[in-house]
Amino acid sequence: MQAVYVIKRFGVFLLIVWVAATLNFFLPKLSGQDPVRTKLLQEAAIGGNVQVGMEQMVKEYDKRFGLDRPLLAQYGSYLYDVGHFDLNYSISSYPRTVKELIAEALPWTVGLLATTTLLSFAIGTLLGALLAWPRAPAWMRYLMPPLWALHAIPFFLFGLILVYVFAFKLQLLPMFGGYSPGASPGLTWDFISDVAAHSILPALSIILVSIGGWALAMRGMMVTTMGEDYVVFAEAKGLRAGTVFMRYCVRNAILPQTTALVLALGQILSGAVLVEVIFGFPGIGALLFHAIQENDQFLIQGIVFTVIAALGLATFLLDIAYPLLDPRISYRRT
Amino acid sequence: MSEAVLEVRDLRVSFAHPLGLVRAVDGVSFSLAPGERLGLAGESGCGKSTMALAILRMIRPPGRIDGGSVRLDGVELSVLNEEAMRRLRLAGIALVPQGSMNSLNPVMRIGAQIEDALADHGVSLSRTALAERIADLLETVGLRAGVAASYPHQLSGGMKQRACIAIAICLRPRVIIADEPTSALDVVVQRQVMETLARVQRDLGAAVILVGHDMGLMAQFVDRLGIMYAGRLVEVAPVGQMVTVPRHPYTRALISSLPSLEHRGGLQGIPGLAPLLRDLPSGCAFHPRCSLAGERCRIETPALRPMGGNAVAACHLAEPVA
Amino acid sequence: MRGVFSYIGRNRSLLVGTLLLTALALFVGIGTLFVDTENARSLSVPVLQAPSWDYPFGTDRTGRDLLAVMIVGTPLTLRIGFIAGILGVGIGAVLAFTAAFYRGMTDTLIRSIADIGLTVPSLLVLILIAVSIRGSLTVNEMALIVASLAWLNPTRTIRSQVLTLRERGYVELAAMSGMGGPEIIFRELMPNLMPYMAATLVSSVSSAILASIGLEVLGLGPMDAPTLGMTLYWVNFYAAMINGWWWWWVPPIVIIVIVFLGLFFVTIGLDEIANPRLRKSA
Repeated sequence: MQAVYVIKRFGVFLLIVWVAATLNFFLPKLSGQDPVRTKLLQEAAIGGNVQVGMEQMVKEYDKRFGLDRPLLAQYGSYLYDVGHFDLNYSISSYPRTVKELIAEALPWTVGLLATTTLLSFAIGTLLGALLAWPRAPAWMRYLMPPLWALHAIPFFLFGLILVYVFAFKLQLLPMFGGYSPGASPGLTWDFISDVAAHSILPALSIILVSIGGWALAMRGMMVTTMGEDYVVFAEAKGLRAGTVFMRYCVRNAILPQTTALVLALGQILSGAVLVEVIFGFPGIGALLFHAIQENDQFLIQGIVFTVIAALGLATFLLDIAYPLLDPRISYRRT
Repeated sequence: MSEAVLEVRDLRVSFAHPLGLVRAVDGVSFSLAPGERLGLAGESGCGKSTMALAILRMIRPPGRIDGGSVRLDGVELSVLNEEAMRRLRLAGIALVPQGSMNSLNPVMRIGAQIEDALADHGVSLSRTALAERIADLLETVGLRAGVAASYPHQLSGGMKQRACIAIAICLRPRVIIADEPTSALDVVVQRQVMETLARVQRDLGAAVILVGHDMGLMAQFVDRLGIMYAGRLVEVAPVGQMVTVPRHPYTRALISSLPSLEHRGGLQGIPGLAPLLRDLPSGCAFHPRCSLAGERCRIETPALRPMGGNAVAACHLAEPVA
Repeated sequence: MRGVFSYIGRNRSLLVGTLLLTALALFVGIGTLFVDTENARSLSVPVLQAPSWDYPFGTDRTGRDLLAVMIVGTPLTLRIGFIAGILGVGIGAVLAFTAAFYRGMTDTLIRSIADIGLTVPSLLVLILIAVSIRGSLTVNEMALIVASLAWLNPTRTIRSQVLTLRERGYVELAAMSGMGGPEIIFRELMPNLMPYMAATLVSSVSSAILASIGLEVLGLGPMDAPTLGMTLYWVNFYAAMINGWWWWWVPPIVIIVIVFLGLFFVTIGLDEIANPRLRKSA
């Protein structure tokens, strides 16, 4: 049972990777022209020290993706490249490869997203659970409306407001970047605290906006769960209020909440991309913005592919961890 | 009746409903002798399950207990604080939930659900002693000790209900309230579960309140039977007496609706529908469905009166039998 | 009609949401009458003027009257949201009904596509599309790009709602009384689904606006249209915040916040109608 479940989930992961590669290959062709080739020729025409490299790339590109080759053969070549994680050179940062650039940016984004997502999920879920609990302190009810209102606002917009207040007006925190210019990256205390200071505002703009959504969803789930027979029986068992709350209510209400987390990853990432752009945070989002500004097609495609695949992987990992949370799952048909 | 283990006096529960106050339990009184088995029967919606919860003081808003007294071994429960009341649940009065319900936490092993109950009532044992105690409990209700490691979805309905009984008896309660413990189980399993419940009850010496709507099943199990109608007790009598000489017209109707070997001619239902609790008829709530009802029944609500031989009934027309 | 108003009075979320959106509509409506919208074009007015009697919202670095920009831009942004939202819910509803009625393979296929599509971060795919057909995008083309993914979420939510309604039994009852598929959908399901569909529509409009603003901030929007998102792009482009030109970025942020809050409260209010159980716990 378990093996079948894991294999199925892995199949879905492969499917997502394939979808990502296929979108990357076909979408640029929709316009009828070949935006990649156009861009390459433009760069080559500008000349300069990268001219030879660009001309080389055009030749290589024509050989593999030229219009004289059948579409299916081109598609095959593309899948082969992607399968070997060969994402080509960056056009704007030639001769650096797309893979290198992404490898540099990815840890920043993963760090920011993992921290903010987990924190906001944990805080929001707990708040929502307490909110549905009749014994919750009254002040909590006043905390929620502003959090719900925040939830309706995009991350980056709230980020702009935070930048203005805390970085520009009060000058409490740095405004831009992932670390101070001139800081030497390394595992030193100075550098880590510098990065932390730069991360506070981007992180807050994601966390504060997300909390309300998780709280709202969790409250709904808790209301449903608290009406369940096993909660009534738990109370009849004379369990302490805390036991009923955590082990019977929250423990069950968190199941659909976790499913929602898996589904929301894509949206959270979309929002985080813009946060990085606003804060100049040196992650995938800022790199993507740079690639768009420079019309660096290979870099854009590489980022889109990597991010979708990485999210697919995260979904896969959460999916196979899910039966630990819900013992029924491996028995159900999924 | 000072020797009663449980004494309920004038218990009243109402629910706030947009269309008016619903009196789900309206002045119910009865007492329970140690080791006695009392049945409470009635159609669904007559307030019998609400009363079970009210005895445990577990009515949630929009419902509330409006008044009355519940005494366990002479101790008044309505004045206890919430913590004392919590400790009394399961240890003093235990509930066996409805068989049709998902009363076990789907994400916890059976053993852990018993452990929770023991831990929150201050039973601290070593790991091995705890495992032994749980194994004993499970075997007492006819389950393998290995069931402790199972999740509820891995058990059949009958096994789940046995597990619930194991939880209910884990602290040797004085009173067990079984609220339709066998509903939704098939007939054979129903019987086995009832036998298990009867056996553990006898071994513990606990008194039982069996709530249900299946008069036939209940008559085989209980000593005394109470009939509820529209939130009130309308008749209480020893089983034998009630079956042979039912005093209340409603009881008579219930008994004649039972399938039996003599009456092969099919079931005789009770005409009309059970009344809405938020819109009760005046006088005796049963009068619109009663073929004998007279003027007085429409105006005056009858009280429980002695009917001879330990029986009481609330009907203007019933006459005591010597 | 009176009943509608008295209901809105009791449903506070719906009331607040409607008031916010009405205020915005009045701002645009009255503004169009009194302000010269030609000044939303570059080089129409002196650059970088702080708010004054002549230019209540000030002017930006490219010489646009920001009040005019807001009056022209707000409806453009809303138009993108509504076109994409309506298309998304329309396509989503058709797919959801198809899935729920044919079940089996059809259902599995539609559900899987929607589920996998939702795992993929939509902004990235939209970026890929926008980059591929870059050039001179119009506002309507922008709406179509956003709509290309706007059907995924409605498909998923409407499908599950239809399945829930199915379980409640009227569908079976209707089928037994001889109604056909489309007849059941329109006679039995639609009336029950309406408040729910309305809530889905409003939240889809909101997501579409969010997606369009995202693309615009990244510089993939209609470069010469003064939408709210493009205004933020220019704010970022000219670093208006660091330069202290607060009047440039405050109005678009305030209006976007009003749009999102308004739509959010309307969605919550409609959810309350669709799902009465939420009312008690609120």
